[in-house]
Amino acid sequence: MVIEKRWKTWVFFYIPLAVFVVGTLFPFYWMLITAIRPDAELYRSWRAATNTPFWTLQPTLEHFRDLMAKTTFPRWLWNTFFIAVASTLISLFCGLLAGYALARLRFPMAGTLGTSIFVTYLVPPTLLFIPLADIIRNFQLGNTPWALILTYPTFLIPFCTWLLMGYFKTIPKELEECARIDGATRFGAMTRIIFPIAVPGILSAGIFAFTLSWNEFIYALVFLSSPERKTVPVGVVSELIRGDIYFWGQLMAGALLGSIPVALVYSFFVEYYVTGLTGSVKG
Amino acid sequence: MKKTIAGGAGSAAGFEVALPHPRTSQPAPALTRFLENEGLLAAVLLAPTVLLLSLFIAYPFVMGVWLSLSSTSVGNPGEFVGLRNFVKAWNDSIFRTAFGNTFFYTFWATVFKLVLGMWLALLLNRHFRGKRLVRASMLLPFIVPTVLSTFAWRWMFDPTFSVLNWLLYQGGLITTKLPFLSDGTYGLWCAIVVNTWRGMPFFAITLLAGLQTISPDLHEAASLDGANGWHRFWHVTWPLLKPVTLVVVVFSVIQTFSDFQLIYVLTGGGPANATHLLATYAYQIGVATGLLGEGAAISLFMLPVLFVVVWVQLRYLRRLEGA
Amino acid sequence: MAQVMMKDLNKKYDEVHAVKDVNLHIRDKEFVVLVGPSGCGKSTTLRMVAGLEEITSGEITIGDRIVNDLPPKDRDIAMVFQNYALYPHMTVYDNMAFGLKMRKFPKPEIQKRVQDAAEILGIQELLKRKPRQLSGGQRQRVAVGRAIVRHPQVFLFDEPLSNLDAKLRVQMRVELKRLHDRLETTAVYVTHDQVEAMTLGDRVVVMKDGWIQQVGEPLDLYSRPANKFVAGFIGSPAMNFIDVSLSDAGGLWAEGQGLRVKVAPAHATRLSAYKGQKVTLGLRPEDLRVASGGDPAEYTIDAVVDVVEPLGSEILLDLRAGQTTLVARVEPAVRAKVHETIKFALVPDRARFFDTKTELAI
Ligand SMILES: Nc1ncnc2c1ncn2[C@@H]1O[C@H](COP(=O)(O)OP(=O)(O)O)[C@@H](O)[C@H]1O
Ligand SMILES: [Mg+2]
Repeated sequence: MVIEKRWKTWVFFYIPLAVFVVGTLFPFYWMLITAIRPDAELYRSWRAATNTPFWTLQPTLEHFRDLMAKTTFPRWLWNTFFIAVASTLISLFCGLLAGYALARLRFPMAGTLGTSIFVTYLVPPTLLFIPLADIIRNFQLGNTPWALILTYPTFLIPFCTWLLMGYFKTIPKELEECARIDGATRFGAMTRIIFPIAVPGILSAGIFAFTLSWNEFIYALVFLSSPERKTVPVGVVSELIRGDIYFWGQLMAGALLGSIPVALVYSFFVEYYVTGLTGSVKG
Repeated sequence: MKKTIAGGAGSAAGFEVALPHPRTSQPAPALTRFLENEGLLAAVLLAPTVLLLSLFIAYPFVMGVWLSLSSTSVGNPGEFVGLRNFVKAWNDSIFRTAFGNTFFYTFWATVFKLVLGMWLALLLNRHFRGKRLVRASMLLPFIVPTVLSTFAWRWMFDPTFSVLNWLLYQGGLITTKLPFLSDGTYGLWCAIVVNTWRGMPFFAITLLAGLQTISPDLHEAASLDGANGWHRFWHVTWPLLKPVTLVVVVFSVIQTFSDFQLIYVLTGGGPANATHLLATYAYQIGVATGLLGEGAAISLFMLPVLFVVVWVQLRYLRRLEGA
Repeated sequence: MAQVMMKDLNKKYDEVHAVKDVNLHIRDKEFVVLVGPSGCGKSTTLRMVAGLEEITSGEITIGDRIVNDLPPKDRDIAMVFQNYALYPHMTVYDNMAFGLKMRKFPKPEIQKRVQDAAEILGIQELLKRKPRQLSGGQRQRVAVGRAIVRHPQVFLFDEPLSNLDAKLRVQMRVELKRLHDRLETTAVYVTHDQVEAMTLGDRVVVMKDGWIQQVGEPLDLYSRPANKFVAGFIGSPAMNFIDVSLSDAGGLWAEGQGLRVKVAPAHATRLSAYKGQKVTLGLRPEDLRVASGGDPAEYTIDAVVDVVEPLGSEILLDLRAGQTTLVARVEPAVRAKVHETIKFALVPDRARFFDTKTELAI
């Protein structure tokens, strides 16, 4: 064991760690405190003697109430959820099949295809949104959830494929060979033996894909136009700011509520998420 | 010898005693037989992926190249104009600023993320109470929608009500407010700070995973040699961490270089178009103004850099596979 | 209950020609062992029989059907793998029942068969467990159980005992042998361990570099190896090989560096063609013993002891005779000291001779 003096532990460990924790979490605290602060306190001169920025004595849920009642926020939540789940399912379906084929089957061009899928994984959405907008328009998909449900998989599938391919490679191939001898077809061995074993990998990929699509912004911004069709990130940006006026209380309430679903999913599946995250770069 | 002869004789009569083997003798349906072929099964399994990716990645890419060479705008099919859009962009001072900003932003944000992420990973690699909770909460900036958390930052940088100004003022560090987002240079640095805040957990957690694969024995051996902490890191940890670091940096560079949402929310490219990145400027020209051709050309300026980065990555992967 | 026939079987991977012109007729109810050093193509051969590898050329028949184009599931075989390949998400019962379910057996029949197999293998208590809750030996039994419930025409084993510790390996070896005697199903068994091959096989197939070297009953391989490779591979410690030249001096004499022995009359006629040429003399360590006064001098070797390895039931002696090194396996009563020179007598009839160039037995 490495023995260190106490003060060294403090200077080199506890204090930096505390700074990291505070720095990381402060913006979330700030979101919360802003969301429950009455407007009167919110816009107070910063030099005012009564200014107590870090807490409030009159917490209020008014901003949340306004958000739910006076805007289409609940609708956005539902849209985001629906789109995220649908695109995640599509991506998992494609990623499972493709990942299996790339990990297990021998066929001509396997290497080239694997590389191409990996390269598409690295193509950022901001490179493609302008032509895609045109294509979406041509397909008559503009301003429908399908515009997103079909395009989100473009960055989710490569990721899912990559992650699941790595997972499949860790499963001994004798398992499916044995299943095939036991009477299963190739396809049956895949669905009855390999997929059930890969459930942790599938969960990781699914959770990660869900958070990615929940957070997506630019496609949603470009492809959707009517307020009631929007997702949370786009709705908050474009509908909660009227003209030049920022309703910070509502904005922060929206930011908070829009973050909670992913944060919840994340907190239930931290380990799977971390596996997905680290797997997404390891391959 | 005796035994094998007996076995050989038995084989002639052996078949009729076979127990029932349901289904084995039925001819397999055509589809089943089709899917037993490795190549055909692979084709079937890959079809949905290939279809979706060609339709929504390969096709838009080709289309983007075509758009960038045309004068298309919303409602106007446009015609082939050669490289005019690229030349026009290059002669545009806002574009030049955005181009420079993109490199500046990517470079510094990546440096900060790497250094701080590595530091945090090293801290988290030790055992302490509440470690799991701390580790889990450290990832929050990464999983929360960037747009939403960036709003919190924007509010913290608010020209009138900035809590950061208040803190600095109360701490006696400043006497007048800092113009966080109302000055181009400040604005870009603010964006770098926010990007670092958002992306550092990704570095930290990935590097932590890398650290955890390093056998603790190595550290102990090094510490017995009298190496101090820094030496230990430099000579033992870092060489083993280099591969995973390279991969993480590549991913981060791609994401940062093509970043859109952070700037879009934080500064909107302002003030006076001083903080645009390639992606936000392409959006402004291509979507907000409707000049699809010019917008596509601007976003294609990202391609060479991405190409180099991807190439490095692929070469590196090859080398790993070769080893 | 079927024979297995391989005709001119070949397997080529991109760069490796793994199996070369294999011809083998495995009779009904026979237990045949494929043995050879790692990488010689045993597994590939077995996997072609199973249908897990495509056949590059040649023909495989199981029972009376040519199975070249049949997928594994239609070949009516069962296979036990080195890593057992138990389905980790299923209980032992479900593992064993899987093959029957896939073949749509009625439930009571499945239950009965699984129970019977579990009884034979003594794993009734484990049926509700998951594979990860089992020890290595138990997993092995489950893997075998999963194979036998289906009553397949042929059992295939790919190094099924290699992951067990030495003691368990011997025990399972005996059990497999007993099981085969009871079930009387054709079995093809792959191993790199010649002891396993010799003890289990009705017949043993020795392979090297994709070629079959020799097919025969265990004792035949031991006493009449077809070539130098088989002679060296079968038996432990390996046979001693000595380069000698044959000269005629009142009968044939084999003369090597540091030793000179007479060729037994039984071999003399076959060897006469090699008179004056170099051949390889093979002497098994167990055919060398410390000479007593009565041994004829023309069948003895003087050797210096280099290393003494007492194993309890026997002693291995590493010897030097001139420039030739030899291993002898002698009785535990022999008291040999290092550097001591000892006279060894050999069993003249059991000496083997090989053509130095072709390495074939003479
Ligand atoms: N899938 C494969 N691709 C390429 N070469 C292979 C493959 N499987 C086996 N080989 C090669 O074929 C030869 C025989 O392998 P194998 O049958 O597994 O040997 P063993 O006798 O040890 O079971 C080896 O040289 C091996 O490297
Ligand atoms: Mg093998």
